[in-house]
Amino acid sequence: MSAADLQTAGSALADPVVQTHRLTKRFGAQTVVDGIDLSVPRGSVFGFLGPNGSGKTTTIRILLGLAAATSGEVHVLGQAIPRHLPNVLPRVGALVEGPGFYPFLSGRANLRRLDAADRFVSPSTRRSRVETALERVGLSHAAGKKVGAYSLGMKQRLGIANALLTHRDLIVLDEPTNGLDPQGTREVRHLVRSLTAEGTTVFVSSHLLAEVEQICSHVAVLRAGRLVAQGTLDEVRGAGQKLLQVLTPDVELAHQVLAGVGLIAEGQLHDHHDYHDGSPRISVPLPADFPPDRIATALVSAGVRINGFSVEQAGLEDLFVALTGEGFDVVQ
Amino acid sequence: MSSDQMSSPARTSPVRPASGWVFMASELSVLFRRRRTWALLLALAAIPILIAIAVRLTSGPPSGRGPAFLDQITQNGQFVSVTALTVAIPLFLPLTVGVVAGDTIAGEASSGTLRYLLVAPVGRARLLVVKYAAAAIFCLSGTLAVAVTGTLIGAALFPVGPVTLLSGDTIGVGESLLRTFLICAYVTVSLLGLCAVGLFISTLTDVPVGAMAATVVVAVISQVLGQLPQLEWIHPWLLSQYWFGFADLLREPIEWSSFGSNALLQAGYVVVFGALAYGRFTSRDILA
Ligand SMILES: Nc1ncnc2c1ncn2[C@@H]1O[C@H](COP(=O)(O)OP(=O)(O)OP(=O)(O)O)[C@@H](O)[C@H]1O
Ligand SMILES: [Mg+2]
Repeated sequence: MSAADLQTAGSALADPVVQTHRLTKRFGAQTVVDGIDLSVPRGSVFGFLGPNGSGKTTTIRILLGLAAATSGEVHVLGQAIPRHLPNVLPRVGALVEGPGFYPFLSGRANLRRLDAADRFVSPSTRRSRVETALERVGLSHAAGKKVGAYSLGMKQRLGIANALLTHRDLIVLDEPTNGLDPQGTREVRHLVRSLTAEGTTVFVSSHLLAEVEQICSHVAVLRAGRLVAQGTLDEVRGAGQKLLQVLTPDVELAHQVLAGVGLIAEGQLHDHHDYHDGSPRISVPLPADFPPDRIATALVSAGVRINGFSVEQAGLEDLFVALTGEGFDVVQ
Repeated sequence: MSSDQMSSPARTSPVRPASGWVFMASELSVLFRRRRTWALLLALAAIPILIAIAVRLTSGPPSGRGPAFLDQITQNGQFVSVTALTVAIPLFLPLTVGVVAGDTIAGEASSGTLRYLLVAPVGRARLLVVKYAAAAIFCLSGTLAVAVTGTLIGAALFPVGPVTLLSGDTIGVGESLLRTFLICAYVTVSLLGLCAVGLFISTLTDVPVGAMAATVVVAVISQVLGQLPQLEWIHPWLLSQYWFGFADLLREPIEWSSFGSNALLQAGYVVVFGALAYGRFTSRDILA
């Protein structure tokens, strides 16, 4: 775990990098962001999750002053948005809803152009900073190529490089691994860690829960514009909530044993099993203080044949689905 | 990718922001590194070339028809540039200016670069000013493309000598070059209002082609209205009212009043449409 977790315990909590109060955004009659209270601790890697159309990009646009909130308050780096945008934006790097570049310029020329737009960086270090950013995303060799000839993933990498042109206090990455190959995805993980080590707070929106689980210290989950969960990764996953899984052909017997030790309520004996690779699997939540070995012993002594026995932390994906619903259709 | 932790040089402390010239230079370099910009300038430069060649190949007795000054070309090559400007003013120059001015904001929005410029950060007002200045510089470049090419090809294909002005006086070659340059200034000023209209239209949409077309349509409509005697009361306010007034610069002494009226009218357009563009752009959500 990163240094972020240590910091959150201290005074940093009182001084969040991003804080919103009842932030609301309407497009016509549709409420796209609905009264959310975000709090992004300094030094954290903050995962911003939610299904398609749940309002992640819209929220990010408001944080960056690209769109105005319909109501509510926004503070970034301790300053009110949009009033103090000119003070805040020089300290923020961002990738918003995919990269945007001039197709007729090379990757390098594009970065120099965007860097020249920033009045708060030194022009004398521009060349070296651009080369460093290109190198960090693995684009050094393709830097002279016109962006119009870039592949999807190359553009995405260039978009990330743009956020890294100089030291930032906050970096906002909207789906940074979109279109990246496995190496690229892994490098983004490394990159995020190195940014945190430099003291940058990283706010990352994503659908890739496995990714988020690996890099984030904090998460917030959005559903149809409402915040349905927020906190450290462990808090949100339900601290200590574990899942016991038993692979066995003797489903009936195993159920009775589990009910006997109090893990299954009598009424719902059959709600806990499914099939995994064709063989029956029983999954039950395991309270934090319940010793798994007691269950194993009980099962064996009752004569239950066991093909597999595991205790796992409930995955973020299960939780995500539980929070945002099974349905595949985009919520309007 | 290198995840070398020390590889990001620290930001030099943002005590005092740099001047805006760096971004202005970057804007101009982006504009003039586009192949499209050069295609527009080449198309404009082709006008005097076509005129000069056509006149050269058919050098019969003057027919009295065609654009103003056409008949003088055979006697003096310096009239090529003035003739070409006369041909370019109603449509070709507004067309190219419409493309550049209509593209200013909408083009950035459609390529997705607008949000990155604003986050960089470029203030919205500063972006408008820089975009407008670059478009104005394009107006000058377009006018010069016509005039310089015209002067060169005129000197190459026709005799060059003292020029007889509309007032009957005669001036030398040096003085006539100066007059040509004054006409370029006049034509550039004439286009500044249209540029501001284009900038404003460009803030209304994320579709650059739409903004370009709308800007050109404004120029055409203004000229059509200018032709209708029934609408005489509106004429002094039309964008294109003084577009052909540059002939007054070909008198001795120079008749400056149309230059002044034109500059005043164009300044009015710049102020009004600049304010509209500012009002729209600074209050708008950037969703592209
Ligand atoms: N310009 C717009 N006009 C009207 N509605 C919009 C506009 N932009 C976004 N929306 C709506 O806002 C909602 C949230 O969109 P947003 O882009 O914030 O979603 P998201 O969480 O980023 O989704 P994704 O995961 O697909 O990127 C959607 O219902 C979308 O239709
Ligand atoms: Mg999005």
